[in-house]
Amino acid sequence: MSRTDAVWSEQDTTPDAIERALRELLAERHAESESFVPARVLNMIVFVEDEWGGEIANRLRNVGRYHASRLLVLSHEPRRERLDARVTIVSDADPAPGELALLRETVIVRLGDRHLDDLFTIADPLMVSDLPTLLWFPHGHPDAADALLALAQAALIDSIEEPVWRSAIDRACELSKSLYVVDLAWLRSTPWRERVAATFDPPRTRAELALLSEVAISHHPDSTVAALLLIGWLSSRLGWTLEPARISSSGPRASCVEGEARAGERRLALSLRSAPELEVPGLAGVALASESGLRLALDRGPGGLRARRREPDGEERTWTLLGASRGEGGILGEGIRAALLRDPTYTPALRAAQAMLPDETHAAAATA
Amino acid sequence: MSVTREQPAALSEAENPLTAGLERLPVPATTLVIFGATGDLARRKLLPALYNLAHDGALPQRFHLVGVARREKAHEDYRAECEQAIRQFSRRPPDATVLQGLLEQVKYVPGVFDDEGVYAALGEVLDEFQERAGEPLNRVFYLSTAPSFFPVIVEQLGHSELAHLKDADVRVVIEKPFGTTLAEAEELNRRVLAIFDESQVFRIDHYLGKETVQNMMAFRFANGMFEPLWNRNYIDSVQITAAEDIGIGSRAAYYDAAGALRDLIQNHMLQLLCHVAMEPPGSFTAEEVRNEKVKILHAIPQPTAAEIANMAVRAQYTAGHAGGEDVPGYVSEPGVPEDSTTETYAALRLEVDNWRWAGVPFYIRTGKRLARKITEIAVTLKPVPHLAFSHAGSLGVQPNQLVLTLQPNEGVSLRLGAKIPGTRMIIRPVNMQFLYGTSFLSQSPEAYERLITDAMRGDATLFTRNDEVEAQWRICDPIVQYWARAPGPLPHYQAGSQGPAEAGELLRQGDGWRAI
Repeated sequence: MSRTDAVWSEQDTTPDAIERALRELLAERHAESESFVPARVLNMIVFVEDEWGGEIANRLRNVGRYHASRLLVLSHEPRRERLDARVTIVSDADPAPGELALLRETVIVRLGDRHLDDLFTIADPLMVSDLPTLLWFPHGHPDAADALLALAQAALIDSIEEPVWRSAIDRACELSKSLYVVDLAWLRSTPWRERVAATFDPPRTRAELALLSEVAISHHPDSTVAALLLIGWLSSRLGWTLEPARISSSGPRASCVEGEARAGERRLALSLRSAPELEVPGLAGVALASESGLRLALDRGPGGLRARRREPDGEERTWTLLGASRGEGGILGEGIRAALLRDPTYTPALRAAQAMLPDETHAAAATA
Repeated sequence: MSVTREQPAALSEAENPLTAGLERLPVPATTLVIFGATGDLARRKLLPALYNLAHDGALPQRFHLVGVARREKAHEDYRAECEQAIRQFSRRPPDATVLQGLLEQVKYVPGVFDDEGVYAALGEVLDEFQERAGEPLNRVFYLSTAPSFFPVIVEQLGHSELAHLKDADVRVVIEKPFGTTLAEAEELNRRVLAIFDESQVFRIDHYLGKETVQNMMAFRFANGMFEPLWNRNYIDSVQITAAEDIGIGSRAAYYDAAGALRDLIQNHMLQLLCHVAMEPPGSFTAEEVRNEKVKILHAIPQPTAAEIANMAVRAQYTAGHAGGEDVPGYVSEPGVPEDSTTETYAALRLEVDNWRWAGVPFYIRTGKRLARKITEIAVTLKPVPHLAFSHAGSLGVQPNQLVLTLQPNEGVSLRLGAKIPGTRMIIRPVNMQFLYGTSFLSQSPEAYERLITDAMRGDATLFTRNDEVEAQWRICDPIVQYWARAPGPLPHYQAGSQGPAEAGELLRQGDGWRAI
């Protein structure tokens, strides 16, 4: 038996017919070999503009092993009148005696504006019952997203894709009231958060957390929200009070946001600076300084993060914190996997970052 | 708008507030020293595991590796060997820059393990790393050598004052086998604990690092539905099988001296039994989990010579067919003496004498060249007290059986009686099945990745404690001695079969071995 996909398609179809086709295709595959069993991990609904659907399909192909077990792509063409659908069931492996060959299902439904009011009743029958469901709206459409919220337990967003920082953070805050938010901007910062946490893990260094006086973050010009989230994380974990920041310089590829935080009687200087040389989304560097004179810096480098530590007596050391880049495909895969986990620190970080947002009009101007 | 949070007090003493929500917890700065650094285990498992930890960003902030082995070679040559091993055995293709970064942290110390000079040279390398880091580095000594070197290395570490360090932790990881008899295990424990505190000693049983074994804990202690049934009132018998379809490969020298009982039952399979039978620990800490396992091992009576003939069976495979090919018998395998009486199959019937399990037989069997590869635990429940469908045709009614499969397809299945569709009430067993592979997105890390990380973090939950390893030997040692005194004739089984017919003699009337 080869890995030939099982495919069904129909024009002018109905959700019932699609669901029946899924059941029949699965039964046929299982009859071919008992090794064929459907993966039952996660439903994922992706709402895309049909003309950009290819790009999203490419991104989903590159998520490594973290595929949703049933993927429903709702492909929107505004003037489309009828529902067309295509179901594909594919296995990652050939069946072999005593071995599993897992099946994954992809359902692509093409629909138009006239179907948007009925999105829930189109998608609902096509979900595997009792599995968590992840929603992703890479091309916006908040109205359509809201129509499907009741179907899902998690939503995948990427806060850096929203050009207005306040809109990005407000939308994430709003979504987080009704379901778990997986934010790719947050996941890009995971290695940074892990390394900052590890830096202060030895008890003798941990005391420096209460003496921090400066935090400086450099980031891709489009990733200011990712930097705000990192500041929000530090603030929410360390009990700082963030004050609205000011934009000290702005431009399409270079901006600098400066702000302050209060920690009891102490004041911390915060700065977020864009790094035009960075070619990938996310953070370029994090630098922390404490009142004791200790200075720590992490910078993106080949094969991991470059660490630099300067002691109060001026002695300086540099070394590399090893780690391979996950790439944007890997980040999206992590996002799908993260829908099955719960990180209790994201929402507090988001809310703290909200407090630091500069005036909205200035922020919009800065990113225009 | 502003958000106010309370300032955490005494940060140096409190838990690190930045670790909340992180999947990967920080690992202290560490230098790992591998004794036997050019051996098979280091090449196939340890070095690839270290690379994969580096790839995932899971190594400590500061990490160095020192290889110690007999042959004279330069650091660069050893780095080249490490690179080759990682490229050959890593579970994923290495990233060139990460691999290069890891290799830059590697040094090599040559010499024989009983030479004091080796430890002086090692001490210099460790001091050099520490000076370069500007902070105390924990030390983990990984003994991946022939077992006869374990006490030698430990004592040399003690004599050269490498076993303790101010402001940092020193740990020693000891590979299996931990002794080949109870007396040897006790003697090794005595010599190791003369140098190291028990909290510094990490005895590896790589089975415990497997996700599948850890899943057993989750299965038992995170699901309330099984606990009311998990006792002698409802469970009729437990059967634990670790069958392999392959022969001994190139391991003749080791295997012929060990045999099936020492190779798998004394360690891995008794650990599986503990996971099935142990009481729920109060918390998932190393001491509490290991306390409960030791209680179970102590509840298994030590077999007397008179009992062994009725509760233990051994056998050796003869030529047969496996995987569609003719395969040789054990004594015809390369490197095996023609007159070898080493068992390639062992089966035991054990009792656990406590309130929960009294009277429930625990059947354990393992063997090479059996019909297929499978590791499973089958828990058979007692039959229903009265069967209303006892007319002809309902003979398919069988007691419920819960089967935890560890490999190849990790999962849980429950055998239930169900009515065959039709006009008559005819029952046959059906399986309700859950497969881990269908329900998770993640690829399991290799057991050694988990165990090396735990050793660097000082978490001994998945390692065997001194009293645990001795309790395991206390059960197996009389059988080893008995079999040594009665060398033959050994029962035989054909390669590719279900095992020897004699294994059936262990079973209580009405019980049967599950098909392999």
